[in-house]
Amino acid sequence: MNLLEARNISKSFGGIRALDACSITVKQGTITGLIGPNGSGKTTLFNIITGYERLDQGDIRFDGQSITNATPDKVFRLGIGRTFQLTRIFPRLTVLENMHVAAQRKGTRALLSRWSSSHEQRRALDLLDFVGITHLKDVPAANLSYGQKKLLEFAYILIAEPQVILLDEPAGGINPTMINHLSERIRMLNERGVTFLVVEHNLEFVMGLCDTVMVLHRGAKIAEGTPEEVRKNPAVLEAYLGD
Amino acid sequence: MRKVSKGIAPSALDRIVAYLENRRAKSMVKIGGLLVLLIVALGLPQVFSDPLTTDVAVLALLYAAAATGWNIFSGFTGYIALGHAVYFGVGSYAIALLAQDWNVPGGYEPFLLVPLAGLIAAAFAVPFGWIALRTRRHTFVVITIATFFIMQLMAYNLRNITNGSAGLSLPLPSYDWGKNFNLPLYSFFNLPFYYVALAILLLALGTAWWIRNSKYGLSLLAIRDDEDRALGLGVKTGPFKLIAFVLSAFFVGMVGAVHAYFQGSIFPPFAFDALFDVSIALMGFMGGLGTLSGPILGAIILVPAQQYSTLWLSDSGFYLIAYGALFLAVILLLPEGIVPTLRKLWLKWRASRSNIQEIPTAVTPTNGNQEDILVAEGPGRRDGVNL
Amino acid sequence: MAEVRLILNEVITGILTGGIYALMASGLTLIFGVMDIINIGQGALVILGGYLSYILQENFHIDLFLGLLLTMPLMFLLGLFIEWAFIRPLKRDRTMLSILVTFAIALIIEGTLGLKNTFGTDNIKLHAWYVDSSNASFQIGGFVLPYINIFVFVLSSALLTGLYFLVYRTKFGYSLRASMQNRTAAELIGVDVERVSAITFGIGVALAAAGGMAFGTTTAFNPGSHYDLISRLLVIIILGGMGSLRGALVASVVMLVIEDVTSVVWTPVWATTVFFALLVIILLVRPQGLFGRLEGRKQ
Repeated sequence: MNLLEARNISKSFGGIRALDACSITVKQGTITGLIGPNGSGKTTLFNIITGYERLDQGDIRFDGQSITNATPDKVFRLGIGRTFQLTRIFPRLTVLENMHVAAQRKGTRALLSRWSSSHEQRRALDLLDFVGITHLKDVPAANLSYGQKKLLEFAYILIAEPQVILLDEPAGGINPTMINHLSERIRMLNERGVTFLVVEHNLEFVMGLCDTVMVLHRGAKIAEGTPEEVRKNPAVLEAYLGD
Repeated sequence: MRKVSKGIAPSALDRIVAYLENRRAKSMVKIGGLLVLLIVALGLPQVFSDPLTTDVAVLALLYAAAATGWNIFSGFTGYIALGHAVYFGVGSYAIALLAQDWNVPGGYEPFLLVPLAGLIAAAFAVPFGWIALRTRRHTFVVITIATFFIMQLMAYNLRNITNGSAGLSLPLPSYDWGKNFNLPLYSFFNLPFYYVALAILLLALGTAWWIRNSKYGLSLLAIRDDEDRALGLGVKTGPFKLIAFVLSAFFVGMVGAVHAYFQGSIFPPFAFDALFDVSIALMGFMGGLGTLSGPILGAIILVPAQQYSTLWLSDSGFYLIAYGALFLAVILLLPEGIVPTLRKLWLKWRASRSNIQEIPTAVTPTNGNQEDILVAEGPGRRDGVNL
Repeated sequence: MAEVRLILNEVITGILTGGIYALMASGLTLIFGVMDIINIGQGALVILGGYLSYILQENFHIDLFLGLLLTMPLMFLLGLFIEWAFIRPLKRDRTMLSILVTFAIALIIEGTLGLKNTFGTDNIKLHAWYVDSSNASFQIGGFVLPYINIFVFVLSSALLTGLYFLVYRTKFGYSLRASMQNRTAAELIGVDVERVSAITFGIGVALAAAGGMAFGTTTAFNPGSHYDLISRLLVIIILGGMGSLRGALVASVVMLVIEDVTSVVWTPVWATTVFFALLVIILLVRPQGLFGRLEGRKQ
């Protein structure tokens, strides 16, 4: 079923039309790739879905529910997690504290009690283990290397147990070993039921990992299919090589 | 944390340091230290009972409480508010007007009005804070400054309520409440003020400590680091910031009320004093923004300096120059404040002494050290130990 | 009809005074635009400029307007010094810390001017010898406009035009605007952003010198006047949109006109409060000011 649907999204910045009646769907349980040349609107689409940008026209549905123009915190609470192209972590907090910021709690009383319950602590440590940075748990996040920050960002999104995760260029700026490490993690999580929507320029990464791939060009979707199909699609080739 | 010493025989000092590493020992030392401080604080006016010292002490405690309250908002969220003198002023006028309207006599009764004055200040903070917090960093600061000037002008202009520039006076505290305690009269005037101020400080400090160790506090620190990211992770940034703002106004309001009663009369430039804003900000920065002990340290250093220099330097121009220069020195030389800088030095010294390759922050284990009050640990330590 | 004439008179006076505030505010907004810092000391620097003009006139008998040829370069250098010594060392958290640093500088200036040996705390006002009589007003069609206000307005206009020329028609101005838009990008195309910052700060302070002279002719002042002044200037630049020169100009005139009209139509007492209250209202509706850019959600 379609977990995430963006229908006819249009967005302009001044005179520039970033998205032009763009529609994409993400089926539950898949790892879906979103590719396209620079300026095709991928990050804008992400921003709109997650509430960082308001759309001009169109509709976004998550699990059937409309989340058009919802605020970022609401989007996250509903179960959509998102990473950023330029990794965003909380520099002055330690790695562990970073994890706990994202851990969700309900109720005022919970808010006033200690910032890390033993249950959350275990989850946080498990997740740090999962990505492989447990040994850095007490380091202020600012001191992490770029790759480690990426892993941290990935980990803390997970602590809220989102249903779908939007990854914005996860393979950008890290070495091949780390890229494989990350791919593996994504696959493992996908087996446990997490849906992924991945924006990436690294086509090898996308082709190796994704079940479905969608291609954006100049703000609209021009192709969709399995990695093989998309690779052979002439319109896609033209988009990348042309203009 | 186990350490591997690289062939240097542990000296006595190293052994003491190693002992202190043990968490339980650390918390015992810390709690012990705090108790000692508390006893000193309680006993101070009994020992140094001359009016001048106790005067300064009362003011130091009041400012420490105000700075701690301010720090709950500005230190934790990173939004520097430079208009808290508004709440000081509101608290001052509140207690004066209440005492007037309800015909409260001098003595202990006005102290009961203090929490009420604090609540009134907090009530003002709700709309002001809500408006101000719709803006971001620099615009926010300017709005807080603008609010301050508006309120000062209102104090001058709303003559019916505030009696304009003539000001208001408060009931006279009785000079003979020492009667029941068989103590000389002159030495006893300041004492109730001292203990009330101390109580407010302890309350503010306790609140700050609780927040610091709670999930709410962690959220505030996340807001400080990257507000939009925090929002994207489900943190309700708007309400959280406002609550911290109102809380800080509550404490500053109470300080204003006690201060008004202490001085006996108030009028607009005095109750709404721009230098108050600068002072508490300076205390916060000097001690260490976001730490628990920082603002208190800042107050303890600054208030006596302030008071004694106004005594010695008759020309108020010098006073301002000295103040400004001190401010500059603190910001340029100790940008993080005294407490975090000391902490960094301590960690560096320890690392070099034992000559070990230590994984950063051997000092705090993972569940956030709730005993660490003095050196401000727990969520959001500001140092980055680069190893 | 007399009522309307009175109001119109106030409007014109407001425009004339607005020019002075525009002069002072433009320095402030320029500094913010290029360096992302808020110079809380601008008010004190204006007052300093006023006192400098005063010294030149009283002790050396140099005309107020001519004296600017001395005070402006002098304060330009002061601005360079302040930027180099106190602003440039700030690495982290520049905006916040600069607020405190410039506030501290303002206190130092206030203290120095207020010493008993300097000027003490009495009010002074600047008078040009050729307009010193109490009837020195231009009277036309029932409007009363003091000469000095007109001269000073001409000065302000001249300087602001010069500033416009500098910012939009010179190479330096090009570098300045580039730095305002995007510091990093400007550096990449070879703009020495540090030098531009320093010079901009210097210009801002030099404008404060002129503003001080202008301000001093219309309002009595003392070392403590900078609080009121800076709060107004801040309101103006926020209203106009921080970083926007056009905004500073428009906002200055608008605010001053409203204030003057209010003081006549209602009472002078509330005029200043209206000034601030308007700020709050406008910000509720349009947080970026009239000409500013909205700080979008960072991504």
